[in-house]
Amino acid sequence: MSDMNENAKRSITEKGLPICEEMKTKLPLYISMRELPLRFQFGVSKVEKFFEGLKEGKIYMTQCRNCGEKFFPPQDGCPKCPESSVDWIPLSGEGELLTCTVIFVKPSTFSHHQDYVVGISQMKEGVRVLAWLRIDDPKKIKPKMKVQLTTVRRKPEGFITYEFIPL
Amino acid sequence: MSELRDVAIVGVGHSKFGNRFDLRLDELAWESVKEALKDANLQANDMDFSVVGCAGGWSAESLPAAICSEYCGTLPKGSMRVEAACATGSAALAVGYNFIASGHSDIVLVLGVEKMFESPTPVQIELIGRAGNYFWEFENFGLTFPGYYAMHATGYMWKHGLKEEDLAEIAVKSHYYASMNPKAQFRQKITVDAAMQSRYVAWPLKLFDCCPLTDGSAAIILASEDVAKKITDTPVWISSIGVSTGTINLSKRDMFSRLEYSGLESATEAAKQAYKRIGVDYDTAAKQFDVACVHDCFTIAELMAYEDLGFCKRGEGPKLVREKQTYNGGLIPVNIDGGLKAKGHPIGATGCSMFYSLTKQLRQEYGKCASPEAQATIRKGRALAHNIGGTGHYAYVTTLSLDKPHT
Repeated sequence: MSDMNENAKRSITEKGLPICEEMKTKLPLYISMRELPLRFQFGVSKVEKFFEGLKEGKIYMTQCRNCGEKFFPPQDGCPKCPESSVDWIPLSGEGELLTCTVIFVKPSTFSHHQDYVVGISQMKEGVRVLAWLRIDDPKKIKPKMKVQLTTVRRKPEGFITYEFIPL
Repeated sequence: MSELRDVAIVGVGHSKFGNRFDLRLDELAWESVKEALKDANLQANDMDFSVVGCAGGWSAESLPAAICSEYCGTLPKGSMRVEAACATGSAALAVGYNFIASGHSDIVLVLGVEKMFESPTPVQIELIGRAGNYFWEFENFGLTFPGYYAMHATGYMWKHGLKEEDLAEIAVKSHYYASMNPKAQFRQKITVDAAMQSRYVAWPLKLFDCCPLTDGSAAIILASEDVAKKITDTPVWISSIGVSTGTINLSKRDMFSRLEYSGLESATEAAKQAYKRIGVDYDTAAKQFDVACVHDCFTIAELMAYEDLGFCKRGEGPKLVREKQTYNGGLIPVNIDGGLKAKGHPIGATGCSMFYSLTKQLRQEYGKCASPEAQATIRKGRALAHNIGGTGHYAYVTTLSLDKPHT
Protein backbone atom coordinates (compact mmCIF):
# COMPACT_ATOMS: atom_id res chain seq x y z
CA MET A 1 0.00 0.00 0.00
CA SER A 2 2.94 2.28 0.66
CA ASP A 3 4.01 1.34 -2.89
CA MET A 4 0.73 2.80 -4.10
CA ASN A 5 1.46 6.03 -2.24
CA GLU A 6 4.96 6.28 -3.64
CA ASN A 7 3.72 5.65 -7.18
CA ALA A 8 0.98 8.25 -6.78
CA LYS A 9 3.43 10.87 -5.44
CA ARG A 10 5.80 10.26 -8.33
CA SER A 11 2.99 10.58 -10.86
CA ILE A 12 1.80 13.83 -9.32
CA THR A 13 5.32 15.26 -9.51
CA GLU A 14 5.80 14.11 -13.10
CA LYS A 15 2.34 14.60 -14.59
CA GLY A 16 0.28 16.53 -12.06
CA LEU A 17 -2.17 13.64 -11.56
CA PRO A 18 -2.10 10.50 -9.35
CA ILE A 19 -2.62 8.29 -12.40
CA CYS A 20 -0.16 5.40 -12.75
CA GLU A 21 0.27 2.58 -15.23
CA GLU A 22 -1.00 -0.75 -13.87
CA MET A 23 2.04 -3.03 -13.86
CA LYS A 24 0.74 -5.97 -15.93
CA THR A 25 -1.88 -4.41 -18.17
CA LYS A 26 -0.34 -0.90 -18.54
CA LEU A 27 -3.88 0.49 -18.07
CA PRO A 28 -4.17 3.91 -16.37
CA LEU A 29 -5.03 3.59 -12.65
CA TYR A 30 -6.12 6.58 -10.52
CA ILE A 31 -4.61 6.08 -7.04
CA SER A 32 -6.85 7.48 -4.29
CA MET A 33 -5.13 10.06 -2.08
CA ARG A 34 -7.25 9.04 0.94
CA GLU A 35 -5.74 6.16 2.90
CA LEU A 36 -7.94 4.78 5.70
CA PRO A 37 -6.31 2.90 8.58
CA LEU A 38 -8.75 0.44 10.19
CA ARG A 39 -8.47 -0.78 13.77
CA PHE A 40 -11.54 -1.92 15.71
CA GLN A 41 -12.40 -1.92 19.41
CA PHE A 42 -14.78 -4.29 21.24
CA GLY A 43 -16.82 -4.05 24.43
CA VAL A 44 -15.96 -7.10 26.57
CA SER A 45 -17.85 -6.44 29.81
CA LYS A 46 -20.19 -9.41 29.19
CA VAL A 47 -17.25 -11.82 28.85
CA GLU A 48 -14.78 -10.16 31.21
CA LYS A 49 -14.57 -13.38 33.26
CA PHE A 50 -13.07 -15.14 30.23
CA PHE A 51 -10.21 -12.64 30.00
CA GLU A 52 -9.73 -12.64 33.78
CA GLY A 53 -9.44 -16.43 33.47
CA LEU A 54 -6.74 -16.23 30.82
CA LYS A 55 -4.59 -14.23 33.26
CA GLU A 56 -4.95 -17.12 35.77
CA GLY A 57 -4.20 -19.80 33.17
CA LYS A 58 -7.86 -20.85 32.88
CA ILE A 59 -10.04 -21.14 29.78
CA TYR A 60 -13.72 -20.77 30.56
CA MET A 61 -16.89 -21.90 28.81
CA THR A 62 -20.35 -20.87 29.95
CA GLN A 63 -23.37 -23.04 30.71
CA CYS A 64 -27.03 -22.04 30.92
CA ARG A 65 -28.37 -22.55 34.47
CA ASN A 66 -31.80 -23.48 33.12
CA CYS A 67 -31.31 -25.79 30.10
CA GLY A 68 -27.68 -26.79 30.59
CA GLU A 69 -26.55 -25.69 27.09
CA LYS A 70 -22.78 -25.17 26.97
CA PHE A 71 -21.17 -22.31 25.09
CA PHE A 72 -17.71 -21.88 23.62
CA PRO A 73 -16.90 -19.18 22.73
CA PRO A 74 -18.49 -18.21 26.05
CA GLN A 75 -21.67 -16.16 25.90
CA ASP A 76 -23.52 -14.39 28.65
CA GLY A 77 -27.05 -15.10 27.40
CA CYS A 78 -28.83 -18.32 26.38
CA PRO A 79 -31.06 -17.82 23.31
CA LYS A 80 -33.41 -20.60 24.47
CA CYS A 81 -33.79 -19.26 28.02
CA PRO A 82 -33.93 -15.44 27.92
CA GLU A 83 -34.69 -15.22 31.66
CA SER A 84 -31.81 -17.45 32.74
CA SER A 85 -28.18 -16.64 33.52
CA VAL A 86 -25.04 -18.67 32.87
CA ASP A 87 -22.33 -20.31 34.99
CA TRP A 88 -18.66 -19.84 34.14
CA ILE A 89 -16.90 -23.23 34.05
CA PRO A 90 -13.17 -23.73 33.40
CA LEU A 91 -12.31 -26.32 30.74
CA SER A 92 -10.06 -29.22 31.74
CA GLY A 93 -8.13 -28.65 28.51
CA GLU A 94 -8.37 -32.32 27.45
CA GLY A 95 -9.28 -32.56 23.80
CA GLU A 96 -9.15 -34.60 20.61
CA LEU A 97 -8.23 -33.01 17.25
CA LEU A 98 -11.12 -33.16 14.77
CA THR A 99 -9.65 -31.18 11.88
CA CYS A 100 -6.90 -28.70 11.05
CA THR A 101 -5.18 -26.68 8.34
CA VAL A 102 -1.75 -25.19 7.86
CA ILE A 103 -1.93 -21.54 6.80
CA PHE A 104 0.80 -20.87 4.24
CA VAL A 105 -0.64 -17.77 2.56
CA LYS A 106 -1.32 -15.49 5.53
CA PRO A 107 -3.42 -12.37 6.02
CA SER A 108 -1.17 -9.29 5.92
CA THR A 109 -1.73 -8.68 9.65
CA PHE A 110 -0.27 -12.17 10.35
CA SER A 111 2.61 -11.92 7.88
CA HIS A 112 5.18 -11.69 10.71
CA HIS A 113 4.37 -15.26 11.82
CA GLN A 114 5.81 -18.55 10.54
CA ASP A 115 3.27 -20.86 8.84
CA TYR A 116 0.79 -21.83 11.55
CA VAL A 117 -1.59 -24.72 12.21
CA VAL A 118 -5.22 -23.95 13.08
CA GLY A 119 -7.27 -26.81 14.49
CA ILE A 120 -10.67 -27.60 15.95
CA SER A 121 -10.79 -30.02 18.88
CA GLN A 122 -13.54 -31.83 20.72
CA MET A 123 -13.15 -30.99 24.39
CA LYS A 124 -13.98 -33.43 27.19
CA GLU A 125 -16.73 -31.09 28.40
CA GLY A 126 -18.60 -31.38 25.09
CA VAL A 127 -17.80 -28.07 23.43
CA ARG A 128 -15.42 -27.65 20.47
CA VAL A 129 -12.62 -25.09 20.46
CA LEU A 130 -10.74 -23.50 17.56
CA ALA A 131 -7.12 -22.46 18.19
CA TRP A 132 -3.55 -22.79 16.92
CA LEU A 133 -1.87 -26.16 17.40
CA ARG A 134 1.76 -25.82 18.47
CA ILE A 135 3.61 -28.55 16.57
CA ASP A 136 7.11 -28.45 15.05
CA ASP A 137 6.25 -30.63 12.04
CA PRO A 138 2.70 -30.71 10.62
CA LYS A 139 3.43 -34.22 9.27
CA LYS A 140 3.17 -35.44 12.87
CA ILE A 141 -0.50 -34.47 12.96
CA LYS A 142 -2.80 -37.49 13.27
CA PRO A 143 -6.60 -37.63 13.10
CA LYS A 144 -8.13 -37.67 16.58
CA MET A 145 -4.76 -37.03 18.24
CA LYS A 146 -4.95 -36.06 21.93
CA VAL A 147 -4.28 -32.41 22.61
CA GLN A 148 -4.15 -30.15 25.65
CA LEU A 149 -5.67 -26.66 25.51
CA THR A 150 -3.52 -24.21 27.40
CA THR A 151 -2.99 -20.48 27.84
CA VAL A 152 0.08 -18.97 26.24
CA ARG A 153 1.71 -15.59 25.68
CA ARG A 154 1.66 -14.93 21.94
CA LYS A 155 4.97 -13.77 20.56
CA PRO A 156 5.99 -11.19 19.52
CA GLU A 157 3.07 -9.08 20.84
CA GLY A 158 3.08 -10.71 24.29
CA PHE A 159 -0.69 -10.84 24.91
CA ILE A 160 -2.28 -13.90 26.53
CA THR A 161 -4.30 -16.25 24.34
CA TYR A 162 -4.83 -20.03 24.18
CA GLU A 163 -3.51 -22.85 21.99
CA PHE A 164 -3.39 -26.63 21.68
CA ILE A 165 -0.29 -28.65 22.41
CA PRO A 166 0.01 -32.32 21.39
CA LEU A 167 0.04 -34.87 24.24
CA MET B 1 -47.91 -19.73 -1.08
CA SER B 2 -50.62 -19.94 -3.73
CA GLU B 3 -51.57 -16.26 -3.38
CA LEU B 4 -48.06 -15.26 -4.51
CA ARG B 5 -47.49 -14.37 -8.16
CA ASP B 6 -45.11 -16.37 -10.32
CA VAL B 7 -41.83 -14.67 -11.23
CA ALA B 8 -39.79 -15.21 -14.39
CA ILE B 9 -36.30 -14.32 -15.55
CA VAL B 10 -36.83 -12.37 -18.80
CA GLY B 11 -33.39 -10.93 -19.43
CA VAL B 12 -29.79 -11.74 -18.50
CA GLY B 13 -26.44 -10.03 -18.96
CA HIS B 14 -22.86 -10.80 -17.95
CA SER B 15 -19.65 -8.77 -17.96
CA LYS B 16 -16.24 -10.15 -18.77
CA PHE B 17 -14.79 -11.53 -15.53
CA GLY B 18 -11.18 -10.93 -14.50
CA ASN B 19 -8.88 -8.10 -13.42
CA ARG B 20 -10.91 -5.18 -14.71
CA PHE B 21 -8.41 -2.39 -14.28
CA ASP B 22 -10.09 -0.67 -17.24
CA LEU B 23 -13.18 0.64 -15.42
CA ARG B 24 -14.95 1.58 -12.18
CA LEU B 25 -17.78 -0.12 -10.25
CA ASP B 26 -20.69 1.67 -11.96
CA GLU B 27 -19.14 1.20 -15.41
CA LEU B 28 -18.69 -2.50 -14.68
CA ALA B 29 -22.36 -2.74 -13.61
CA TRP B 30 -23.51 -1.12 -16.85
CA GLU B 31 -21.61 -3.70 -18.92
CA SER B 32 -23.97 -6.47 -17.74
CA VAL B 33 -27.09 -4.30 -17.30
CA LYS B 34 -27.07 -3.05 -20.91
CA GLU B 35 -26.77 -6.66 -22.10
CA ALA B 36 -29.69 -7.74 -19.88
CA LEU B 37 -31.86 -4.83 -21.10
CA LYS B 38 -31.14 -5.78 -24.71
CA ASP B 39 -31.86 -9.44 -23.94
CA ALA B 40 -35.25 -8.50 -22.42
CA ASN B 41 -35.91 -5.82 -25.06
CA LEU B 42 -36.60 -3.32 -22.27
CA GLN B 43 -35.40 0.17 -21.33
CA ALA B 44 -33.83 1.12 -17.99
CA ASN B 45 -36.90 3.20 -17.08
CA ASP B 46 -39.10 0.09 -17.40
CA MET B 47 -37.59 -1.18 -14.14
CA ASP B 48 -39.87 -0.72 -11.10
CA PHE B 49 -37.10 -1.47 -8.61
CA SER B 50 -33.40 -2.40 -8.50
CA VAL B 51 -31.75 -4.82 -6.08
CA VAL B 52 -27.97 -4.49 -6.07
CA GLY B 53 -25.88 -7.32 -4.64
CA CYS B 54 -22.46 -6.06 -3.63
CA ALA B 55 -20.41 -7.39 -0.72
CA GLY B 56 -17.91 -4.54 -0.82
CA GLY B 57 -15.21 -3.66 1.68
CA TRP B 58 -12.40 -3.80 -0.88
CA SER B 59 -14.00 -1.14 -3.11
CA ALA B 60 -14.37 2.57 -2.46
CA GLU B 61 -18.03 3.27 -3.15
CA SER B 62 -20.12 2.95 0.03
CA LEU B 63 -23.48 3.23 -1.72
CA PRO B 64 -23.27 0.75 -4.62
CA ALA B 65 -27.03 0.61 -5.19
CA ALA B 66 -27.28 4.37 -5.66
CA ILE B 67 -24.23 4.79 -7.88
CA CYS B 68 -25.17 1.83 -10.11
CA SER B 69 -28.81 2.99 -10.33
CA GLU B 70 -27.72 6.44 -11.48
CA TYR B 71 -25.31 5.12 -14.13
CA CYS B 72 -27.74 2.45 -15.36
CA GLY B 73 -30.62 4.93 -15.67
CA THR B 74 -33.18 3.43 -13.29
CA LEU B 75 -33.70 6.62 -11.25
CA PRO B 76 -35.93 7.70 -9.58
CA LYS B 77 -37.16 4.14 -9.03
CA GLY B 78 -36.21 2.58 -5.69
CA SER B 79 -33.13 0.51 -4.98
CA MET B 80 -31.39 -1.28 -2.16
CA ARG B 81 -28.12 -3.03 -1.54
CA VAL B 82 -28.18 -6.68 -0.43
CA GLU B 83 -25.30 -8.55 1.19
CA ALA B 84 -24.92 -12.24 2.06
CA ALA B 85 -21.16 -12.66 1.55
CA CYS B 86 -20.48 -14.89 -1.49
CA ALA B 87 -24.23 -15.73 -1.70
CA THR B 88 -25.06 -12.05 -2.21
CA GLY B 89 -26.28 -12.62 -5.79
CA SER B 90 -28.79 -15.27 -4.72
CA ALA B 91 -29.93 -13.14 -1.79
CA ALA B 92 -30.49 -10.24 -4.20
CA LEU B 93 -32.53 -12.52 -6.48
CA ALA B 94 -34.61 -13.68 -3.49
CA VAL B 95 -35.38 -10.05 -2.61
CA GLY B 96 -36.28 -9.22 -6.22
CA TYR B 97 -38.45 -12.35 -6.40
CA ASN B 98 -40.39 -11.28 -3.33
CA PHE B 99 -40.90 -7.72 -4.61
CA ILE B 100 -42.70 -9.20 -7.62
CA ALA B 101 -44.37 -12.23 -6.01
CA SER B 102 -45.95 -9.94 -3.40
CA GLY B 103 -47.36 -7.60 -6.05
CA HIS B 104 -45.16 -4.62 -5.11
CA SER B 105 -43.40 -4.47 -8.47
CA ASP B 106 -43.84 -5.90 -11.98
CA ILE B 107 -40.28 -5.62 -13.33
CA VAL B 108 -37.17 -5.74 -11.13
CA LEU B 109 -33.49 -5.45 -12.00
CA VAL B 110 -31.28 -7.75 -9.92
CA LEU B 111 -27.65 -6.72 -10.31
CA GLY B 112 -24.62 -8.42 -8.81
CA VAL B 113 -21.41 -6.41 -8.99
CA GLU B 114 -18.02 -6.56 -7.32
CA LYS B 115 -14.83 -4.60 -7.87
CA MET B 116 -12.29 -6.47 -5.78
CA PHE B 117 -9.16 -5.11 -7.47
CA GLU B 118 -9.76 -1.59 -6.21
CA SER B 119 -7.64 -2.88 -3.29
CA PRO B 120 -4.27 -4.66 -3.50
CA THR B 121 -4.34 -8.48 -3.28
CA PRO B 122 -3.06 -8.70 0.36
CA VAL B 123 -5.92 -6.43 1.50
CA GLN B 124 -8.46 -8.64 -0.28
CA ILE B 125 -6.99 -11.78 1.36
CA GLU B 126 -7.13 -10.08 4.76
CA LEU B 127 -10.76 -8.98 4.32
CA ILE B 128 -11.98 -12.35 3.03
CA GLY B 129 -10.18 -14.06 5.92
CA ARG B 130 -12.26 -11.96 8.29
CA ALA B 131 -15.46 -13.52 6.83
CA GLY B 132 -16.07 -15.76 9.82
CA ASN B 133 -16.34 -14.84 13.49
CA TYR B 134 -13.88 -11.97 13.56
CA PHE B 135 -13.49 -11.65 17.33
CA TRP B 136 -13.17 -15.33 18.30
CA GLU B 137 -11.66 -16.91 15.20
CA PHE B 138 -9.76 -14.30 13.21
CA GLU B 139 -8.35 -11.78 15.69
CA ASN B 140 -6.02 -14.30 17.38
CA PHE B 141 -5.86 -17.18 14.91
CA GLY B 142 -5.51 -15.46 11.52
CA LEU B 143 -7.71 -17.69 9.41
CA THR B 144 -7.93 -17.18 5.69
CA PHE B 145 -10.81 -18.10 3.44
CA PRO B 146 -8.94 -21.10 2.01
CA GLY B 147 -8.18 -21.98 5.65
CA TYR B 148 -11.85 -22.29 6.61
CA TYR B 149 -12.58 -24.62 3.67
CA ALA B 150 -9.29 -26.47 4.26
CA MET B 151 -10.59 -27.48 7.68
CA HIS B 152 -13.67 -28.92 5.98
CA ALA B 153 -11.35 -30.69 3.50
CA THR B 154 -9.24 -32.20 6.29
CA GLY B 155 -12.40 -33.28 8.14
CA TYR B 156 -13.60 -34.93 4.93
CA MET B 157 -10.26 -36.66 4.26
CA TRP B 158 -10.03 -38.06 7.75
CA LYS B 159 -13.51 -39.56 7.43
CA HIS B 160 -13.73 -40.69 3.82
CA GLY B 161 -10.23 -41.16 2.45
CA LEU B 162 -10.41 -38.35 -0.12
CA LYS B 163 -7.22 -37.89 -2.15
CA GLU B 164 -5.77 -34.53 -3.17
CA GLU B 165 -5.81 -35.89 -6.75
CA ASP B 166 -9.62 -36.09 -6.57
CA LEU B 167 -9.73 -32.37 -5.81
CA ALA B 168 -7.32 -31.71 -8.69
CA GLU B 169 -9.73 -33.53 -11.05
CA ILE B 170 -12.46 -31.05 -10.10
CA ALA B 171 -10.16 -28.13 -10.97
CA VAL B 172 -9.34 -29.79 -14.32
CA LYS B 173 -13.06 -29.95 -15.16
CA SER B 174 -13.62 -26.29 -14.22
CA HIS B 175 -10.75 -25.08 -16.41
CA TYR B 176 -11.87 -27.37 -19.25
CA TYR B 177 -15.27 -25.66 -19.43
CA ALA B 178 -13.91 -22.16 -18.68
CA SER B 179 -11.71 -22.55 -21.77
CA MET B 180 -14.95 -22.48 -23.80
CA ASN B 181 -16.48 -19.53 -21.92
CA PRO B 182 -15.39 -16.19 -23.46
CA LYS B 183 -16.42 -14.35 -20.26
CA ALA B 184 -14.31 -16.52 -17.94
CA GLN B 185 -11.25 -15.21 -16.09
CA PHE B 186 -9.08 -18.28 -16.84
CA ARG B 187 -9.30 -19.62 -20.39
CA GLN B 188 -6.50 -22.19 -20.32
CA LYS B 189 -6.98 -25.91 -19.67
CA ILE B 190 -4.91 -27.50 -16.90
CA THR B 191 -3.77 -31.03 -16.05
CA VAL B 192 -3.97 -33.00 -12.81
CA ASP B 193 -0.16 -32.89 -12.64
CA ALA B 194 -0.08 -29.09 -12.90
CA ALA B 195 -2.72 -28.82 -10.18
CA MET B 196 -0.84 -31.25 -7.93
CA GLN B 197 2.40 -29.32 -8.38
CA SER B 198 0.90 -25.98 -7.34
CA ARG B 199 1.95 -24.70 -3.92
CA TYR B 200 -0.07 -25.09 -0.73
CA VAL B 201 -2.17 -22.10 0.21
CA ALA B 202 -3.85 -23.69 3.24
CA TRP B 203 -3.02 -27.39 3.55
CA PRO B 204 -4.54 -29.58 2.14
CA LEU B 205 -5.69 -26.96 -0.41
CA LYS B 206 -3.27 -25.82 -3.09
CA LEU B 207 -3.35 -22.78 -5.34
CA PHE B 208 -5.18 -24.69 -8.08
CA ASP B 209 -7.89 -25.73 -5.59
CA CYS B 210 -8.81 -22.06 -5.09
CA CYS B 211 -10.96 -19.67 -7.08
CA PRO B 212 -9.31 -16.37 -8.08
CA LEU B 213 -10.07 -12.84 -6.91
CA THR B 214 -12.26 -11.28 -9.59
CA ASP B 215 -13.93 -8.11 -10.82
CA GLY B 216 -17.24 -8.70 -12.54
CA SER B 217 -20.96 -8.08 -12.80
CA ALA B 218 -24.04 -10.01 -13.87
CA ALA B 219 -27.58 -8.70 -14.29
CA ILE B 220 -30.92 -10.49 -14.18
CA ILE B 221 -34.26 -8.91 -15.09
CA LEU B 222 -37.30 -10.40 -13.34
CA ALA B 223 -40.93 -9.93 -14.36
CA SER B 224 -44.37 -10.89 -13.08
CA GLU B 225 -46.23 -13.59 -15.02
CA ASP B 226 -48.45 -11.11 -16.90
CA VAL B 227 -45.52 -8.96 -18.00
CA ALA B 228 -43.26 -11.94 -18.74
CA LYS B 229 -45.73 -13.40 -21.21
CA LYS B 230 -45.74 -10.12 -23.17
CA ILE B 231 -41.94 -9.78 -23.20
CA THR B 232 -40.70 -13.24 -24.06
CA ASP B 233 -41.65 -16.64 -25.46
CA THR B 234 -39.10 -18.36 -23.22
CA PRO B 235 -39.56 -17.16 -19.64
CA VAL B 236 -37.41 -19.04 -17.15
CA TRP B 237 -39.38 -19.32 -13.93
CA ILE B 238 -38.03 -19.17 -10.40
CA SER B 239 -39.62 -22.36 -9.09
CA SER B 240 -38.28 -22.45 -5.52
CA ILE B 241 -35.81 -20.83 -3.14
CA GLY B 242 -34.31 -22.57 -0.10
CA VAL B 243 -32.32 -20.54 2.43
CA SER B 244 -30.42 -21.49 5.55
CA THR B 245 -27.83 -19.87 7.84
CA GLY B 246 -24.92 -21.82 9.34
CA THR B 247 -23.01 -21.17 12.57
CA ILE B 248 -20.63 -18.22 12.42
CA ASN B 249 -18.07 -20.13 14.49
CA LEU B 250 -16.61 -23.07 12.58
CA SER B 251 -16.01 -24.73 15.95
CA LYS B 252 -19.77 -24.88 16.51
CA ARG B 253 -20.36 -27.19 13.54
CA ASP B 254 -21.59 -30.59 14.70
CA MET B 255 -20.33 -32.16 11.46
CA PHE B 256 -16.75 -32.09 12.72
CA SER B 257 -17.78 -34.44 15.54
CA ARG B 258 -20.16 -36.63 13.52
CA LEU B 259 -18.49 -39.46 11.66
CA GLU B 260 -21.21 -39.94 9.05
CA TYR B 261 -21.50 -36.27 8.05
CA SER B 262 -18.96 -34.18 6.19
CA GLY B 263 -20.80 -31.38 4.38
CA LEU B 264 -22.37 -28.02 5.13
CA GLU B 265 -25.50 -28.45 7.23
CA SER B 266 -26.88 -25.11 5.94
CA ALA B 267 -26.53 -26.18 2.29
CA THR B 268 -28.27 -29.49 2.99
CA GLU B 269 -31.12 -27.67 4.72
CA ALA B 270 -31.46 -25.12 1.88
CA ALA B 271 -31.54 -27.95 -0.71
CA LYS B 272 -34.25 -29.83 1.18
CA GLN B 273 -36.38 -26.66 1.42
CA ALA B 274 -36.00 -25.94 -2.30
CA TYR B 275 -36.74 -29.55 -3.30
CA LYS B 276 -39.79 -29.84 -1.07
CA ARG B 277 -41.46 -26.88 -2.75
CA ILE B 278 -41.20 -28.49 -6.19
CA GLY B 279 -41.66 -32.12 -5.17
CA VAL B 280 -38.10 -33.24 -5.89
CA ASP B 281 -36.90 -36.29 -3.97
CA TYR B 282 -33.59 -35.50 -2.19
CA ASP B 283 -32.08 -38.95 -2.81
CA THR B 284 -32.66 -38.87 -6.57
CA ALA B 285 -32.17 -35.11 -7.08
CA ALA B 286 -29.38 -35.52 -9.66
CA LYS B 287 -31.82 -37.14 -12.10
CA GLN B 288 -34.38 -34.38 -11.77
CA PHE B 289 -32.31 -31.44 -13.00
CA ASP B 290 -30.71 -30.95 -16.43
CA VAL B 291 -27.80 -28.85 -15.20
CA ALA B 292 -26.48 -27.28 -12.00
CA CYS B 293 -24.19 -24.45 -10.91
CA VAL B 294 -22.66 -25.13 -7.49
CA HIS B 295 -20.54 -22.89 -5.29
CA ASP B 296 -17.00 -24.13 -5.97
CA CYS B 297 -14.99 -21.34 -4.34
CA PHE B 298 -12.65 -24.27 -3.60
CA THR B 299 -12.57 -27.73 -5.16
CA ILE B 300 -13.59 -29.27 -1.82
CA ALA B 301 -16.65 -27.01 -1.83
CA GLU B 302 -17.84 -28.53 -5.12
CA LEU B 303 -17.34 -32.03 -3.73
CA MET B 304 -19.32 -31.20 -0.58
CA ALA B 305 -22.02 -29.61 -2.74
CA TYR B 306 -22.60 -32.91 -4.60
CA GLU B 307 -23.38 -34.58 -1.29
CA ASP B 308 -25.26 -31.69 0.32
CA LEU B 309 -27.53 -31.50 -2.75
CA GLY B 310 -28.20 -35.25 -2.64
CA PHE B 311 -26.49 -35.87 -6.01
CA CYS B 312 -24.73 -38.80 -4.31
CA LYS B 313 -24.55 -40.37 -0.86
CA ARG B 314 -22.25 -39.06 1.88
CA GLY B 315 -18.68 -40.07 1.14
CA GLU B 316 -19.39 -40.87 -2.51
CA GLY B 317 -18.43 -37.46 -3.94
CA PRO B 318 -14.95 -38.66 -4.96
CA LYS B 319 -16.53 -41.59 -6.85
CA LEU B 320 -18.69 -39.14 -8.82
CA VAL B 321 -15.52 -37.19 -9.68
CA ARG B 322 -13.51 -40.27 -10.69
CA GLU B 323 -16.33 -41.43 -12.98
CA LYS B 324 -16.61 -37.92 -14.51
CA GLN B 325 -20.33 -37.96 -13.75
CA THR B 326 -20.49 -34.16 -13.45
CA TYR B 327 -19.15 -33.47 -16.95
CA ASN B 328 -21.74 -32.67 -19.62
CA GLY B 329 -23.43 -35.95 -20.56
CA GLY B 330 -22.85 -37.49 -17.11
CA LEU B 331 -25.32 -38.07 -14.28
CA ILE B 332 -25.68 -34.29 -13.88
CA PRO B 333 -23.57 -31.60 -15.56
CA VAL B 334 -22.13 -29.29 -12.87
CA ASN B 335 -20.39 -25.95 -13.45
CA ILE B 336 -20.03 -26.41 -17.18
CA ASP B 337 -19.53 -22.65 -17.43
CA GLY B 338 -16.20 -23.00 -15.58
CA GLY B 339 -17.57 -22.43 -12.07
CA LEU B 340 -16.18 -19.95 -9.57
CA LYS B 341 -12.91 -21.82 -9.77
CA ALA B 342 -12.07 -20.84 -13.36
CA LYS B 343 -14.82 -18.48 -14.54
CA GLY B 344 -13.96 -16.29 -11.53
CA HIS B 345 -15.67 -15.27 -8.31
CA PRO B 346 -16.61 -11.57 -8.04
CA ILE B 347 -18.26 -12.07 -4.63
CA GLY B 348 -21.53 -10.16 -5.06
CA ALA B 349 -21.94 -11.07 -8.74
CA THR B 350 -21.41 -14.82 -8.51
CA GLY B 351 -25.02 -15.80 -7.77
CA CYS B 352 -26.29 -13.69 -10.68
CA SER B 353 -23.60 -15.22 -12.91
CA MET B 354 -25.04 -18.65 -12.04
CA PHE B 355 -28.55 -17.48 -13.02
CA TYR B 356 -27.13 -16.09 -16.27
CA SER B 357 -25.57 -19.46 -17.17
CA LEU B 358 -28.61 -21.51 -16.14
CA THR B 359 -31.07 -19.24 -17.97
CA LYS B 360 -29.00 -19.55 -21.16
CA GLN B 361 -28.81 -23.32 -20.60
CA LEU B 362 -32.58 -23.75 -20.18
CA ARG B 363 -33.23 -21.56 -23.24
CA GLN B 364 -30.70 -23.75 -25.09
CA GLU B 365 -28.68 -20.65 -25.99
CA TYR B 366 -25.58 -21.49 -23.97
CA GLY B 367 -23.93 -23.27 -26.89
CA LYS B 368 -23.91 -19.96 -28.78
CA CYS B 369 -22.46 -18.11 -25.75
CA ALA B 370 -19.67 -20.64 -25.27
CA SER B 371 -19.41 -23.89 -27.19
CA PRO B 372 -22.04 -26.46 -28.26
CA GLU B 373 -20.08 -28.92 -26.13
CA ALA B 374 -21.06 -26.92 -23.05
CA GLN B 375 -24.82 -26.89 -23.81
CA ALA B 376 -26.60 -29.37 -21.52
CA THR B 377 -29.38 -31.50 -22.94
CA ILE B 378 -32.64 -30.03 -21.66
CA ARG B 379 -35.14 -32.80 -20.88
CA LYS B 380 -36.69 -31.96 -17.52
CA GLY B 381 -36.60 -28.20 -18.06
CA ARG B 382 -35.13 -27.75 -14.59
CA ALA B 383 -31.86 -26.23 -13.35
CA LEU B 384 -30.35 -25.59 -9.92
CA ALA B 385 -28.11 -22.90 -8.40
CA HIS B 386 -26.27 -23.64 -5.13
CA ASN B 387 -24.73 -20.41 -3.83
CA ILE B 388 -22.90 -20.33 -0.50
CA GLY B 389 -21.90 -17.24 1.49
CA GLY B 390 -18.86 -17.52 3.72
CA THR B 391 -18.16 -21.11 4.73
CA GLY B 392 -21.80 -22.16 4.73
CA HIS B 393 -22.73 -19.09 6.74
CA TYR B 394 -25.42 -18.30 4.17
CA ALA B 395 -26.75 -21.08 1.93
CA TYR B 396 -29.13 -20.45 -0.97
CA VAL B 397 -30.45 -23.17 -3.27
CA THR B 398 -32.60 -21.74 -6.07
CA THR B 399 -34.35 -23.85 -8.69
CA LEU B 400 -35.35 -22.61 -12.15
CA SER B 401 -37.93 -24.16 -14.45
CA LEU B 402 -39.27 -23.85 -17.98
CA ASP B 403 -42.69 -24.86 -16.62
CA LYS B 404 -44.68 -22.20 -14.82
CA PRO B 405 -44.77 -23.10 -11.08
CA HIS B 406 -48.51 -22.38 -10.58
CA THR B 407 -50.43 -23.66 -13.60
